[in-house]
Amino acid sequence: MIRLRGVTRCFQLGEQRVMGLDDVDLDVAAGDYVAVMGPSGSGKSTLLNVLGLLDAPDAGEYWLQDEATAGLSEGRRAELRSRLIGFIFQSYHLIPRLTALENIELPMLLAGIDPAERRRRSSALVERLGLGDRIAHRPGELSGGQRQRVAIARAMIMQPSLLLADEPTGNLDSRSGAEVVALLEELNGEGLTLIVVTHDPSLGQRAARQLNMRDGRIIEDIQRERRDARG
Amino acid sequence: MRAADVFAFCLGGLRGHRSRSLMLLLAVGIGVIAVNLLTGLGEGARTFVLGEFSVLGRNTLIVLPGRKETTGGMPPITGLAPRDLSVQDAEAIARLPGIRRVAPLQAGQMEVVVGNRNREAFTMGTTHEFFAIRQLDVAQGQPLPAMEMGRAESVCVIGGKLKRELFGDRQALGEWLRAGDRRFRVVGVLGERGESLGMDFGEMLIIPLANAQALFNREGLFRVFAEVRGPAFVESGKRQILATIKERHEGKEDITVISQDSMLAAFDDILAALTLAVAGIAAISLLVAGILIMNVTWIAVSQRTAEIGLLKAIGATAGQVRLLFLGEAALLALSGALAGLLLGEALLWLGRQAWGLPLHAPLWARVSAVLLALFTALLFAWLPASRAARLEPVVALRPAGAR
Repeated sequence: MIRLRGVTRCFQLGEQRVMGLDDVDLDVAAGDYVAVMGPSGSGKSTLLNVLGLLDAPDAGEYWLQDEATAGLSEGRRAELRSRLIGFIFQSYHLIPRLTALENIELPMLLAGIDPAERRRRSSALVERLGLGDRIAHRPGELSGGQRQRVAIARAMIMQPSLLLADEPTGNLDSRSGAEVVALLEELNGEGLTLIVVTHDPSLGQRAARQLNMRDGRIIEDIQRERRDARG
Repeated sequence: MRAADVFAFCLGGLRGHRSRSLMLLLAVGIGVIAVNLLTGLGEGARTFVLGEFSVLGRNTLIVLPGRKETTGGMPPITGLAPRDLSVQDAEAIARLPGIRRVAPLQAGQMEVVVGNRNREAFTMGTTHEFFAIRQLDVAQGQPLPAMEMGRAESVCVIGGKLKRELFGDRQALGEWLRAGDRRFRVVGVLGERGESLGMDFGEMLIIPLANAQALFNREGLFRVFAEVRGPAFVESGKRQILATIKERHEGKEDITVISQDSMLAAFDDILAALTLAVAGIAAISLLVAGILIMNVTWIAVSQRTAEIGLLKAIGATAGQVRLLFLGEAALLALSGALAGLLLGEALLWLGRQAWGLPLHAPLWARVSAVLLALFTALLFAWLPASRAARLEPVVALRPAGAR
């Protein structure tokens, strides 16, 4: 699914060069559940952005589903993001003026899918995520947990094979957080590759595989026997 | 993306930022209103003036004493005062083959008195032919009686407004009025025709030519109206008149003959240029609106970086992001332009009702105002929209403080 070889990404912060990613090699198989952990500035988010084609490495190679992504056109990268990748953010990133349903349907809108098909897909997903009575509300009228579920629905609507979550529970209370995690793990159980960036050790330990990062490098790669999802 | 979805998304974007959208709508609307109102006024003035001159009729020539050069140059210094146009000159013109009728004219201000009411009135001495040439509509009584140019008779025709001012609601026909030191019996009252060619017939006193010459103590004619037998005779009539007068004036061509067409052409050019100039000035207001659109779109892009980043993260291409921002600008410009167009039409309609002027914005002004609004909006939104399109999604998605 994912293959990184010697991927490097640096940033210029004033005078200082910061290594976001420093010569990272990584393979992730389809259906994996990976937690990326580490202190702030260790490169977790940079890794996630590179994996999500939001950011391009300065050096090294990245294959996504056997397609080399270096040198891809902006249009092709957008298409891969649309088709293969779902994003979940700590701060949800819902568009406030759109209703929950419109937010969920937005990726299909950009992909040019016709309204009947959009309705069909979104209503199935809305049903499944238990958002039925909230879809006409705007994000401002929803609780954090509901907002994150809308965001997950939006990430899932194009039926991606890779779900990237950046601190998905960071803004949630523990109960909503647990619900969101359960939902993500359920999706992973259906074969979706899930990569979660988190500060939260208890969340990190739930994953089948845990990467610890520091200074742009993966310093620890723990493979674990898969626990029971509800463990 | 489907066009309907682009439209809906842009509309949503505009409605999501109501005050910003209203402000821009206003700017574009005012620009379009300005173009339409100003060209409407310009065109109205043009149509009005042309209409006024058309009243003269295509077949009417005006003969003025003195040579009026329109080609510029210094007037002759050896001041030979031009000869007066005499009644005999007018009679000579009337005998020309291409001329149907001739009305000599003598005019001046005169105090008119009825009982204890008096006022200054523009007084014209002429003949009954004048009524036919200027198509004056006599509401009551008769025009001046048909008689020789040189004969005097103490009768007059008065304008409708003058009649009201002097006689009030009383019957004026058959009554006497005093003009200067002479008395005239009212034989006719003109209809309410109002202003025409700078003469307000409503306030006019018309008396026989010979009486006017005596009243003003002046022999020379103010001008001579000559009506040719048909449009084909205009040019030949002009030549004949010039030739006849030259002969009568010892070889000096000291008159000017004006036809409606020559006057119209001159005025038409001037007024069309005026309308264009005014339209140009109004177009500048659209340009200002365009710059405002650029500023506000720029601010919008800054405010909505998170949205742009998100759109990119969920699969929007740079082209789509640009399209969405340009779409918003275009939608704004179009609705502003249409609102401006409607409001402009309403104002022009009000102007027509209030002043009775033919105020119509020409089609080219309406179309170009809308197109110009759209064009400036797209032109000026292009830069900020491209900035939005180029935004790195990572940068855009970062929380505001860390950007």
